Amino acid sequence: MQRLLLILPALFAWIAITWLAGIRTGLLLLLGLGFGAALSGARFGFATGWRTLIQDRDPWGMTGQMVLLALCALLAFPLLDRASEEIVGALAPITWGLMLGALVFGFTMQLADGCGSGTLYKAGASSPTSWAVLPAFVVGSFFGASHLRAWTELGGPLRIVGHSQPDEPVDLIGRIGLGPALFVTIGMCTLIALISIAVTARQRWARGESLPPIPKRWLWGGVAIALAYAAHLIVAGQPWGIVYGLGLWGAKIASAVGVDLSQDSFWGTAPHAERLLEPILWDVTSVTNIGLLYGALIADRWNLKSFQKPRWPAASALVISIAAGLVMGYSSRLAFGCNVGGYLGGIASASLHGWVWFACAFLGSMVGVRARARAGIA
Amino acid sequence: MSRGVIIFWLLAVGCIALDLLHSPYGYRVEPPALALGSGETASGGHCSDR
Repeated sequence: MQRLLLILPALFAWIAITWLAGIRTGLLLLLGLGFGAALSGARFGFATGWRTLIQDRDPWGMTGQMVLLALCALLAFPLLDRASEEIVGALAPITWGLMLGALVFGFTMQLADGCGSGTLYKAGASSPTSWAVLPAFVVGSFFGASHLRAWTELGGPLRIVGHSQPDEPVDLIGRIGLGPALFVTIGMCTLIALISIAVTARQRWARGESLPPIPKRWLWGGVAIALAYAAHLIVAGQPWGIVYGLGLWGAKIASAVGVDLSQDSFWGTAPHAERLLEPILWDVTSVTNIGLLYGALIADRWNLKSFQKPRWPAASALVISIAAGLVMGYSSRLAFGCNVGGYLGGIASASLHGWVWFACAFLGSMVGVRARARAGIA
Repeated sequence: MSRGVIIFWLLAVGCIALDLLHSPYGYRVEPPALALGSGETASGGHCSDR
């Protein structure tokens, strides 16, 4: 009976959104529910996977992410190559803003106890920390988008090395073709997974320990999210994203309280100015975000026996997490997305910026994990 | 359901309803159900700023 009560609001929301915004939007809500259920059910945290690798010498979270990335590339690259008129990837240039943004995002996601998808699914699954971080993330994303043009105009490292098109995205499919781009991407994923396993195994063996068994959740979570990712690409014509919607929510709130955004270099220009006037249910990322929040709640409460009542953290830890959420929101816009839009979306769109995002954010997380321990965040 | 969950979702649904009521758009030219095969270029907002 309680499970039925969990499902009924989702069913009602699907009917209402389909009626109000169309079949495609209804499908996007269902996919959002799927993303949330998979993330929460598998506890598929990007920040957690990196933290357990850095802190606990456990390679399986990173391995699960690489399985996800490789599967997404395998499913998405042919679609992007063959249906480029209807399906577009998350292509972005390699800028200083991207590198700094990803570095800071990687650092702050450890303090905020979740990345972009992590904050959303944990808020949906009723984590008090994420309830507090989410509004800060929204505010940060709004300001980050507002300043994005200025950061992008700073250019990037390709200008220094004399690249012929330094401010254009580096699209591997366009540059080297579908097959080689797929080979390089899956090869990189395999290499990173193998390095993670080899390095941690060596460190553990030196201490007389062996690797922990592979938790199946990382694998089935990766497969489920990859299937939903490919379905999202087919339905929406664009990769799954999160922070654009959060920034839009912030801009709508700012407009509602009387802030004039008509002269804003981002929110005052097409097509973003138009989206500020449209209902939020017409926006692709907003609808999947709403579905993700509720899908996470369903997955979290499905097994009532294992459900644990969430607890508020210590006030000092909460303040640090909120501040980190604000910076995380801002930095995610400079980095052309969070772990979903920038890292997963970038790599699964064969855009080189996705790999740069990964390298910079992982570096930031290495420092962030230590800062998290010092801050006493559980 | 805990009180926190109920408050969270009441706030969320309230914001969505307010947004719907205050939008100047009354109806939507509905896009095809699937982008693939529609012949139309995707035009949704995305973090990559493409």
